[in-house]
Amino acid sequence: MKELFVLAEHRQGELRDVTFEMLTKGMELSQKTNADLTAVLLGHNVQEFAKKLANHAKKVLIIDDARLENFNAEAYQRVLFHLISERKPSLTLVGHTAFGVDLAPSLATELNLPLATDCIDLKFEGEKLVVIRQVYGGKVNVKASLRKSDSYILTLRPATFEAQETKPQGGKIVKIASPLSEDITYKRFIEYFQPPAGEVDIATADIIVAIGRGIKDTENMLVVEKLAEALGGVLACSRPIVDKGWLPNDRQVGTSGKIVKPKLYIAIGISGQFQHISGMKNSDLIIAINKDSKAPIFRTADYGVVEDLFKVVPSLTDKILEEKH
Amino acid sequence: MNVIVCVKHVPETAEAEIAIHESRKRIKTEDLVFDINEWDDYAVEEAVLLKEKLGGSVTAITVGSEDADSTLRKCLARGADKAVRLTDKAFEGSDSYAIAKILYKIIKDLPFDLILTGAQAGDDGCAQVGVVLAELLGIPHVTMVKKVESVEGHVKVNRELEGGLEEIVEAKLPVLLAVQTGINEPRYISIMGIRKAMKKEMKVLGLKDVGLTEEEVGESGSWITVEKMFIPPVEKEAEILTGGVDEIATKIVETLRAKGLI
Ligand SMILES: Cc1cc2nc3c(=O)[nH]c(=O)nc-3n(C[C@H](O)[C@H](O)[C@H](O)COP(=O)(O)OP(=O)(O)OC[C@H]3O[C@@H](n4cnc5c(N)ncnc54)[C@H](O)[C@@H]3O)c2cc1C
Ligand SMILES: Nc1ncnc2c1ncn2[C@@H]1O[C@H](COP(=O)(O)O)[C@@H](O)[C@H]1O
Repeated sequence: MKELFVLAEHRQGELRDVTFEMLTKGMELSQKTNADLTAVLLGHNVQEFAKKLANHAKKVLIIDDARLENFNAEAYQRVLFHLISERKPSLTLVGHTAFGVDLAPSLATELNLPLATDCIDLKFEGEKLVVIRQVYGGKVNVKASLRKSDSYILTLRPATFEAQETKPQGGKIVKIASPLSEDITYKRFIEYFQPPAGEVDIATADIIVAIGRGIKDTENMLVVEKLAEALGGVLACSRPIVDKGWLPNDRQVGTSGKIVKPKLYIAIGISGQFQHISGMKNSDLIIAINKDSKAPIFRTADYGVVEDLFKVVPSLTDKILEEKH
Repeated sequence: MNVIVCVKHVPETAEAEIAIHESRKRIKTEDLVFDINEWDDYAVEEAVLLKEKLGGSVTAITVGSEDADSTLRKCLARGADKAVRLTDKAFEGSDSYAIAKILYKIIKDLPFDLILTGAQAGDDGCAQVGVVLAELLGIPHVTMVKKVESVEGHVKVNRELEGGLEEIVEAKLPVLLAVQTGINEPRYISIMGIRKAMKKEMKVLGLKDVGLTEEEVGESGSWITVEKMFIPPVEKEAEILTGGVDEIATKIVETLRAKGLI
C-alpha cells in the first residue's frame, strides 16, 4: 500500500506540536486516499519519540544516526532523498517552521517533486492535489494546484490544523539503516543560543497593550505607553517594532517571540498576520484598533475599532483615568 | 567578498484596499504602491555592510517587469554596484520554483562568494526561492538568518528558530543565506547615493539570454498554479464598535468594567 509520510519535528528532546497537527490531518487524508499514515523520525536515541508517534500512525520509520541528533538540513535532505526515492510516498508533510523551510525546498528540487509551502488546507480532487495558501499578509487566499506527480511535498502552517487525540494506533516501528556515509563538513550545527531575558515577562501579564507598525514613529510610542500605564498593563508589540529597535525583543508576541494568554489583549495598529496571531489568539478578551476594516486582526478579535489609533487611544486613556478616579 | 542579492518588487498591501481581478487569478495592482520586499531590504543592507567591511562588490538581481527598476535603483543607491533585471513575457505566472530556475541560469556564470535573499516575499510568502536556488547551484544554504559573521572561508550565522531561540551554524563559502528582518538597520538613502546610482550599470536580460525554454518558465515551468484567489471566509468576526471616538472609548471602558478589568 502507498504511504503518506509525516516528517516528525523535534528539538532539544521534545517532539514539536506541529508533528501531531500534521498526523491528525494526515490520518484524515490517508483514510480518504487509502494510504498508510507513516511517521518518519530522524534523530539519535529517539526510541521514546517513536513510541509516542506509534500512537498516531500506522507505521513509524526510524533512522538513528548521531549525525541526525540536531537538525541539519543537509544531512536530513540526504536521508530523506533516499527514503522518498525508494518508498515513493503519495505525499510527504513537513511543518512550515524554521526546520521545514530550511529543508523542503531543496529536498523537492533534488527529488524533482512539486512542492507547495505554508499550506492552510489541502485535498485531492481526483488525481490532482490542491492546496489553500494565504498571500498578501493574510488578506487574500489562493487555491492552487500542484503539477501532476506520483509524489508530492507540502509544508503545513503550524497551529492551523488541530491535533486530536485518537485511540492508540499501535503503529509498527521499523528501523532503517542510516544512508549517511560520510560526515557533512560544509555545514555544521554548532550550538543553540537563547538570548538573555529582560526584566518584564509579558507571558505572565494580565493586561497587554500591543503595538504594531501602525505607530509609525518611535516618538509616538508615548501614546500607547500612557494607555498601558492607565490600564496597569504591560506594553508588547509585533515584530517590526522589535526589528526597528523601539522595544526590546522580549516584548515581541508571536511565533518567533512569546506566546501570551492575558485577560485582556489590546492590539493597536497590528494587521494580524498569522505569525502574530499564533502568539495571542488564546487571550481571554481581544480588542483590536486598526484603521483598515479588512485587517485580518478583526477575524481574531472579540471587539474591533476601525479608526485612527491616534484619535482613539488618547481618548480611551482619558476615559480610563476618569473611570479610576 | 562578492555578494549577489536577489530582490523582489512587491506591492505594499498592509494598509491598502485589495481587490481581486476579474480573472480571479491575481489582485488588481493599478492603485497599489510597489517597493522592495521588506526582507530583501535587510538583505541588501547586509550585502553592503559586508562589502564595506571586506571589499568586493554587490550585484542586485530581480526577475520582474520594467517597474522593478525603481527597486533596483534603490539597491544601487544603497551601495550595490551593479543591477540585473530579468524580464520576459514568458516569465509571467512563474512561481517561486520557476523564479529560482531563472535566477540560477544567470547566477551560475557570475563570480560570487555569497548569495543573499530574503527569508520570504511579502506577497506570496512562499519562502522557497533562496533554498531552491542554492540546491540548483549545488551550494549550502542557511535560512532565517539573524546575524552573519565572516570567518576565513566560512560564515558563522545565527538562525532564528521559534520562540526567540536561535541556533549557531557554520557553513563553507560559497553559501546562500536567506535573511530575516531585524538583522540590521537598513540605512537611509542619501542624495549622494541617488546621484551615484544614476551612473551605475543596469543590465536587462530576457528568456534567450537566460537560456531556458518557454516551457521551463511561467506556469508550465512551475510547481504550483493559481486556480483562484478569494477573500478569506470569515469564521469569526469582531463586534465592531461604532460611533464617534468618545463614544467608542466609552463603550470600551464599559466592556472592561463589566469584565472587571478596571
Ligand atoms: C519566520 C517569521 C517569523 C515571524 N515572527 C513574528 C512574530 O513572532 N511576531 C510578529 O508580530 N510578527 C512576526 N513575523 C512578521 C509578520 O509576518 C508580519 O510582518 C508582522 O506581524 C507585521 O506586523 P504589523 O502588523 O505590526 O505590521 P503591518 O502588517 O505593516 O500592519 C500595520 C497595521 O497598522 C494599521 N495602521 C496603520 N496606521 C494606523 C493608524 N494611524 N491607526 C490605526 N491603524 C493603523 C494598518 O492598517 C495595518 O493593518 C514573522 C515573520 C516571519 C517570516
Ligand atoms: N522575482 C524575484 N526576483 C528576484 N528575487 C526573488 C524574486 N522572488 C523572490 N526572490 C527572492 O527570494 C526570496 C524568497 O521569496 P519567496 O520564495 O517568493 O517567498 C525573496 O526575499 C527574494 O530575495
